Amino acid sequence: MAQLLQHLINGLAAGTIYALVALGYTMVYGVLKLINFAHGDVMMVGVYMGYATAFALGRDMRSSLLGVAVVFAVAMLGCALLGFFIERFAYRPLREKPRLTALITAIGISFALSYGFQLDIGFLPGAAPRAFPEVIEPVEWLVIGDRDVVVWNWQVISFGIAVALMVGLQYLVFRTRFGQAMRAVSWDHRVAALMGIPTDRVIALTFMLSSALAAGAGLLYAIKDTSVSPLMGLYVGLKAFVAAVIGGIGHVQGAVVGGLVLGLVEEFVVGYAASTWRDAVAFGFLILVLLVKPGGLFGRVAAEKV
Amino acid sequence: MRRLAPMLLAALAVMVAACEKKTQPAPSGEGGTQAAQGQGAAPGGAPADANTILLGQVGSLTGGQATFGISTRNGIELALKEANAAGGVKGKKLSIRVYDNQSKPEEAAQAATRLITQDKVALILGDVASSNSLAMAEKAQAAGVPMITPSSTNPTVTEKGDYIFRVCFIDPFQGFVMAKFARENLKLNTVAVLQDNKSAYSIGLADVFRRKFTEMGGKVTAVESYSQGDTDYRAQLTAIRKSQPEGIYVPGYYSEVGIIARQAREVGLKVPLMGGDGWDSEKLFELGGSAIEGSYFSNHYSPDNPDPRVQKFIADYKAAYGAVPDALAALGYDSARVAVGALERAKDLSGPSVRDAIAQTKDFPGVAGTVTLDAQRNAVKSAVVLKVEDGKTQYVTTINP
Repeated sequence: MAQLLQHLINGLAAGTIYALVALGYTMVYGVLKLINFAHGDVMMVGVYMGYATAFALGRDMRSSLLGVAVVFAVAMLGCALLGFFIERFAYRPLREKPRLTALITAIGISFALSYGFQLDIGFLPGAAPRAFPEVIEPVEWLVIGDRDVVVWNWQVISFGIAVALMVGLQYLVFRTRFGQAMRAVSWDHRVAALMGIPTDRVIALTFMLSSALAAGAGLLYAIKDTSVSPLMGLYVGLKAFVAAVIGGIGHVQGAVVGGLVLGLVEEFVVGYAASTWRDAVAFGFLILVLLVKPGGLFGRVAAEKV
Repeated sequence: MRRLAPMLLAALAVMVAACEKKTQPAPSGEGGTQAAQGQGAAPGGAPADANTILLGQVGSLTGGQATFGISTRNGIELALKEANAAGGVKGKKLSIRVYDNQSKPEEAAQAATRLITQDKVALILGDVASSNSLAMAEKAQAAGVPMITPSSTNPTVTEKGDYIFRVCFIDPFQGFVMAKFARENLKLNTVAVLQDNKSAYSIGLADVFRRKFTEMGGKVTAVESYSQGDTDYRAQLTAIRKSQPEGIYVPGYYSEVGIIARQAREVGLKVPLMGGDGWDSEKLFELGGSAIEGSYFSNHYSPDNPDPRVQKFIADYKAAYGAVPDALAALGYDSARVAVGALERAKDLSGPSVRDAIAQTKDFPGVAGTVTLDAQRNAVKSAVVLKVEDGKTQYVTTINP
């Protein structure tokens, strides 16, 4: 029972992070019908930005509240900028081209980032994984029994940050003018443009927002697993993409639920079966969901010409 | 403004192409001679000219085990530089072409094929990770090109055929060394094992360790597994904690072990960790931080060894690369020197005669121990046990076969 509770806590911690990354996929897909395969790698770049900032701040500064805020702010703003450039120069020129073209470009950007960051020249970090500095000094907040269940401060903080980011996003999408514009563009960007909505700006902002979210999620992931490597984006990105599809891609709540479900499924598989089964079960679960409910748990099925 | 986008993409493409060149087909020049450098730039891998002997290396220059490949490359480079300074082999200079396998077996197999069919190398060196060497050995054996792995310890590598050699000991020995050390030196009664199910190396060490440790009267309390590239091991470690072992055997690679150590301390495991030569990298201390302190691993060599030959190698290596060589650099160096010695003794540079010359290697004075190849083409030598202390390794003891 205690073990179950511990796995539940661990699974939720992992799941919220998947959910945050999945939100980025879902937002961009919702607005552009583009699966932004570079999303995970933008996240990785964000983690390296946070890594560099944390080092620049020094040991004492980075574990203070202000330090944590600075690390997150730099990484998220930096990634927003990266997202802007990627959208402006890689996706916008292809927007009226067949959708496959943009998808291929996204895969190209993904590889350019993940392999580019393995170079060991100048500011690039090299291929080997690195230890992520302890931005949040680990403290046990809750210990039940003989350490049968342990809740760490970073788990709670990371859960809190993730929920805050999700609530903020929900508010933005459904309660603000910008969100309204986003949903309008998502409905039909040509008609939205006719109605006077600056579609280019809305799409650029969506990209920036999703990239900033990715950076935030990436930092939480790096804090959780205490390491950062150039290939982490491919791995986490793929998992988050699966989470987005399970929930119904393009659906905000779906992404959150998909992320949590995937995080829990993985944790239980590793905890009660074997880690070698994890990916097989995660992707098997994806296939199962798509067979039973092709649009994902929350999505609607829309006939689409591919 | 519209033209900016394609330009940027073009720039990106050039950048990517440039890095490809840096990590992939460019051979690391021997001794920096002009001829070798020029030849290296030739596209498509032109065959060696009459005055050079071309060797090939396949290594993990990028990916999860990147420091392995880079250290090995540096060691090989140093050995070839020395050999060329001493006049080369049979009046010819030595040159090496290095390919990256991105720490992946399928890339390793491709690179080996390329070295054999396009570059027509006399001999292949590589790789560190046994999974990669196994993929390469198949190709080398089929083509009749001798291959020496500097540090692949999985027994099956040299079982691929009579063209495959190694200058290091094999996994059963490392598992045996740690089981003996845990039982006799650390006096442990119960141990848990955490193995990497994606790595032949890790499974090999873990199996022998378990068998020997039980034979010596110890008890294995739990066997858990992870997969290379994982970053969250809390579920496995929680299960291990429940079995209350006095030590944990983690025969993985440094990239995972460092993180495992941190998370082990975090879930409340305070017992020492033990491992094999896959731990040997500066990165281990960075990734593991204070959590890895007080852990033990078996290795091929210790930089504390006062032998003048070893100390000279360390000084030369430091001068060239600005770092203390790890065991993989030492084994890379040894493998290249064994190769050079064999090329000198060989009647000609054909596959069979080079193979026979390598097979005769006996009492070869390497920096990581004396190399004598047995009938199974494996080196027979002793292992050292190192302890992690204050962010570096401390020599503890030597264990003989």
